[in-house]
This record gives sequence, C-alpha cells and structure tokens, in this order.
Amino acid sequence: MGQLFNPKANSIAKLSLIIGGSLPVLAILGGHLISNSSYNTKVDVPLDQPVPFSHRHHAWELGIDCRYCHTSVEKSGFAGIPDTETCMTCHSQIWTNSPLLEPVRKSYETGLPIKWASGESGWNLVNNVPEFVYFDHSIHIAKGISCNTCHGDVQNMHITWKGQNFTMKWCLQCHTEPEKYLYVDKTRPDLTPREQVFNLYVKQQEDPKMKSLSKREIALLTGTNERYRPSKEEIEDGKKLITERNIKVKQLQDCWTCHR
Amino acid sequence: MVARDPHDKNPELLVGNYSYKRMDEDVLSLITQQKKHPFAWYIFLGIGFMITQILLLSITWLVYQGIGIWGNNQPVGWGFDIINFVWWIGIGHAGTLISAILLLLRQQWRNSINRFAEAMTIFAVMCAGLYPLLHTGRPWVAYWLFPYPNVLAMGPQFRSPLIWDVFAVTTYITVSALFWFIGLIPDFATLRDRATTKAKTVWGLLSMGWRGSSRHWLRYEQAYLILAGLSTPLVLSVHSIVSLDFAVSIVPGWNVTLFPPYFVAGAVFAGFAMVLTFMIPIRRWYKLEGMITMRHIDWMCKIMLATGLIVFYGYLMEVFYAWYSANPYELYMAENRLFGPYAWAFVALWICNGILPLILFFPKMRQNLKVIWIVCQFVSIGMWLERFVIIPMSLHRDYLPSSWGMYYPTVWDFGMFLGTMGFFIMLMFLFIRFLPIINVFEMKELLSRMRPGRQAVEPEAASVAGKGGE
Repeated sequence: MGQLFNPKANSIAKLSLIIGGSLPVLAILGGHLISNSSYNTKVDVPLDQPVPFSHRHHAWELGIDCRYCHTSVEKSGFAGIPDTETCMTCHSQIWTNSPLLEPVRKSYETGLPIKWASGESGWNLVNNVPEFVYFDHSIHIAKGISCNTCHGDVQNMHITWKGQNFTMKWCLQCHTEPEKYLYVDKTRPDLTPREQVFNLYVKQQEDPKMKSLSKREIALLTGTNERYRPSKEEIEDGKKLITERNIKVKQLQDCWTCHR
Repeated sequence: MVARDPHDKNPELLVGNYSYKRMDEDVLSLITQQKKHPFAWYIFLGIGFMITQILLLSITWLVYQGIGIWGNNQPVGWGFDIINFVWWIGIGHAGTLISAILLLLRQQWRNSINRFAEAMTIFAVMCAGLYPLLHTGRPWVAYWLFPYPNVLAMGPQFRSPLIWDVFAVTTYITVSALFWFIGLIPDFATLRDRATTKAKTVWGLLSMGWRGSSRHWLRYEQAYLILAGLSTPLVLSVHSIVSLDFAVSIVPGWNVTLFPPYFVAGAVFAGFAMVLTFMIPIRRWYKLEGMITMRHIDWMCKIMLATGLIVFYGYLMEVFYAWYSANPYELYMAENRLFGPYAWAFVALWICNGILPLILFFPKMRQNLKVIWIVCQFVSIGMWLERFVIIPMSLHRDYLPSSWGMYYPTVWDFGMFLGTMGFFIMLMFLFIRFLPIINVFEMKELLSRMRPGRQAVEPEAASVAGKGGE
C-alpha cells in the first residue's frame, strides 16, 4: 500500500489543532469587538437630521437651559422633544430667512410635523431604549443624576450623537453602586438635588475653561463620568447622599424597577 | 473455540471458528459492501427516515407557533417534553456503563457490545437534548443557558438544578463522543488499510495517522483509561442531577432523597432494555451470534434484573415514604397514584417494571430471545410510564385542590416523541451502515488470548501489553 498522505499532512494536522482551538476564541473575541464598536452601537456617530440643529450652539454658546426645550424632563418619564412652536419662539424673530430652517417654517405654516410638512425624513431618534425597558427621566433628575452621565457632553455636540451604549450591564453599574455617580456642590447647600443637576451647567458657563471646577465636575460635564474613579471621600459623600436623597439601593436592582 | 472464565460454567464469549481475518470480514465488510445488508436494513432506515420527517415538522411548527401547541398548561407545566428528556437521557446510560465501568472492572464481555451501546448513548443524548432546548420556548437564545459575559450582566442561576442539568448533559455528550471516537480510531485504521476505493482518504483522516505501533497502543490505552475514568462518575452524576430537578423542589412525590440512586438504576435498566431491543434482531440479521453470544445476552439480562429490582424497591419505598412521612400531601399523592384518574399508568408501571422483568430470574428465560425482547419492550414502556407517573401525576394534584387539573398531551406532543424515536432508529441504522458496529480490535485481542496452546491471560496483565494490532 502506498502512502496515503504526503509529509505535509503532518503539519496540516498540527495546524488544524491550533486553528481549531483558537478559532472559537477568536470568533467570540471578534464578535465582542464588533458588537461593542460604534459601528454597531452608533455611540459617537452623529445622526443626520432634517434640520441640522446644534446643541453646542444653543446650549453652550447661547446658554439656553436644557429644560427650555425638553420641558417635561423634571416631571415625566419622557423628557420631551420640542414642538415647532418652541423653535419658532425665537426663529420667528431671528434667522427668519435661513434656508436651513425651511422645514421648520413649513411645519409652522401647515401645522404638520416636519416629516409630513416638508416631505423629508423626520427627526431621527438618537437615544432609544427597547419597549420592555421602563425609563423615567424625572426620577433620575430628582435624585440628581446629571444629564451628561447618560447623554454625553451634549452641550458640545454640533450634530447630536449617542453618548453611551444603553446596555443593561451599563445601567446596572449605577443601579448597584449609585454612590459613585451621585454629586453635590458643597458650596451650594441651598440647592435641591434636581437644581444641582442644572447648576453645574451654570458653573461651566461662568468658567468656560473649567479651571475652578473639581475633577468630578469636569467628568460629569464632559460625559466621562463612567470612566471617572471617585476618591474614597467622594464615595463616602455619595453614600451620605444615598441616605439624604432617600435612594433605595436594593430596590434599584429589582427586575420590576425597569421591566414593568 | 471458547474462552473460559474459571468462575463461570457457561462462559462463551466467542462462539465459532474465528480468525482475525474472519472478524474483519464479518464486521468491516458491512461498511464496504452494501450487499451485505439485509432487506430489513432498508425497511428500518426508511421507517426511521420517514418518522424523522414528523420530527422536523413538529419542530418547525413548534418554533413557528410556540410551545402553546403542546399540552403543557397549568397546573402541569412539565409534560411530554420533560418525560421524554428524562427517558432518552436514561437510555443513554447503558452505553456509558458498558464502556466506562465495565472497562475499569476489566469485564471482557463488554468488548463486542460497547461500540453499539456507545453509539446508542450519543444518539439518545441527541434526542434528549432536543426537549429541554425546545421546552425553553425560544431555542434561538439557548446560549443563555451558559454563563458567558454579556451586556445584560445576567447569568444563569447556579442554585437551580436546571442549570446543573445543562452542564451535566453537555459534559455527558462531549465525553461520550470523545470516548466513542477514540475507541474507533484503531478500527478506522483497519478500514483504511483494507479500503480499495477513494474512501481510503476518509478513513485515513479519521484514523489520525494510526499505524499500530506500540507507542500508539500505549497512548491509546492511556487516553482510553482517562476517558473511562471521566465517564465513570458521569454514569452516576448525569441522572442524579436530572433527578435533582425534581428532588430539590417541594412538590409532593418529588421531594424524595431516594431519587438520585433510583433514577440512576432506572437509567441503566432502560438503557440495557434498549440495547437488547436493537441487538437481538441485529445480531441475527448480520450473523453476529458468534461474537454477541447468548452469554452476553444472559449477562445483560442479569444487569437488567438487578437494576430492575432496585427500581422496584424505589417504587415500594415511595409508597412507604408517603405513609411514613405522615404528611397529608404526600399521603394524598400516594392515594392519587393508586386510585386517582391516572391510576392505570401507575398499575401499568408496576406491571411493566416491577413484575414482568422478574421472569428474568429463570435462566431458561434469559436464553429465550423472544421473551427477552418482549420484556425489553415492556421495560421501555415502563420506564416511560415511570416518568409519566412522577412528572404530570405529581403536578396535576398538589397542595391546593382549587388548582388541580388534568394533563392532556396534544398531537404535537406525540409527534415530537414519535419523531425522536424515528430519528434514533435512523441514526442507528446509518451507524450500522457506516461504522464498525463491533469493536474489531478488542475482539481480536480476545481471540489472541484464546489461541490454541496459549493459556487465558489474566486480564490485568493483558490489558496494556496484550494488544498486537494487525
């Protein structure tokens, strides 16, 4: 009987062991990298909108409060997307001829949403959670969670993008250890937790280079709160805030808190 | 030519004028020559193939429609799916017992039946695995059963025996498949050497460069022993863990410490019944009576008898336990089994598993293939009824009479069950066609010890050194 396989077969056999062993590992690792990349999550990817609305211009350069447009953020689960009339409070007076604002004016004239009035695509949702997740803006604001913790540094975005990938794992970081994410400005004990959230933007307006701000405050404002490692004192303070603000940490991890 | 065990008066492990060549001819030519297969092979493969279509249909409709098409409903949330899972997993146990425990105990009589029984193990676990997978209702996210890092920050509940089950069954199929494959390698090499067609390359790849050198044999023996050592605890652990699915709960009739040993005995009992069910006709169709002798069958019947008695003891103890606990719910459970709406199943169970196998006490009956085959059918039915008695019958009437109800399986329940049986038959007959159904090289080893002029070697000394290859 002749040789069935040539000597190369030995190397191929050994190689196949290495490949067979490493392939699943590489596949899982690759899948992990792809699914967590912004290609999949759309984090940090600016989204086209019918009107190129700039948060940086309105919220930072002009200093308009978040709540001027997102009116229901303190009172309801839904923060609120402003209606055409809100835009027109200013834009009936300024930039009245801007071609960029044409869809808004059309919507105002016809009384229809931008999508229907101009025949263009409507506003594209930047942040979204699945329908089986119940998220309430008002409670997060009421307990003093900064907008930027979840939304990134919106006041610096020309065209808005998603600040964070809203995975359950990510939500649970704060729901298990809220002390790491709670903040108080000790120089302003007069403010309620809710007012602390918006006071921070005022502080940034007063000191644009953020030199007088603490590292914690900078982290909050730049939306890097997640990566910020609070000092022991800050964690102790956070634990006090949990009691002060009456946050029931055990309840935060109950399934029904978010899945109702 | 006859191998004699000094402790045995009726010891034929090999009957007939066998030579190495004839062994190769008898077993391996089944693979190389289609002509060698009787008409029955076509019939049974055809039947198996057709019933497999019912399985595919049932699964497709199930995945499309959801498990609402099954009869599972409150209060009986576990129905045919779990019954059949436990039934199939149990059937696999004979293979592992034969290949692992009998190997470690140096039982020579395992040689001619181990390949066959191991194949049954793998096919039975394949059938079994389908049920819990589909019972989850969303089989496409079955990977949730494993603890893997995920964006939900969620993992399986390690305090639940259901997750122990996942690990038990996946370990079981992995080790069984490895064991089977390693045991096949020397036979693949023989097939490669005998092959004249292009199939040579396939056998060459499968035999992984086996040349039968003494170093190969040494390593083979070591690997085989290690795997046998790994499989031995599996014989006991897999079905113990399956039984804990029930025993850990608080349902009357489930919460019994007797469950693990009694389930394991039941598994081996059912497994041997299934091995005999297939082996009795097949040894006749393929004229393997010389290698799978009446002695083998006699021993298998004895194991069935022993495990059957343990199982029967378990049934008696369950009733005793109900009485001795003085717990009204346990007492009612026993009463419901004896006189409730499913009493027929309970009575049939005692007859099939408790009374009928006692016939195997008679040595003459252990030589009567027809009787044995019929007893095996009753045992298979009985073992299925046992799970029926345990699962729906305990669930349908537990603590609150207001939530009592009946369990009615639907046509899809039966479709799945029949379907897996067809799938199993199809796989068995494909196995007979494409792989050596008897461990040829181990039979040659046995033959070498029985050569004229050579005394039977003590098994301990012979195990490593005695194998000579071609």
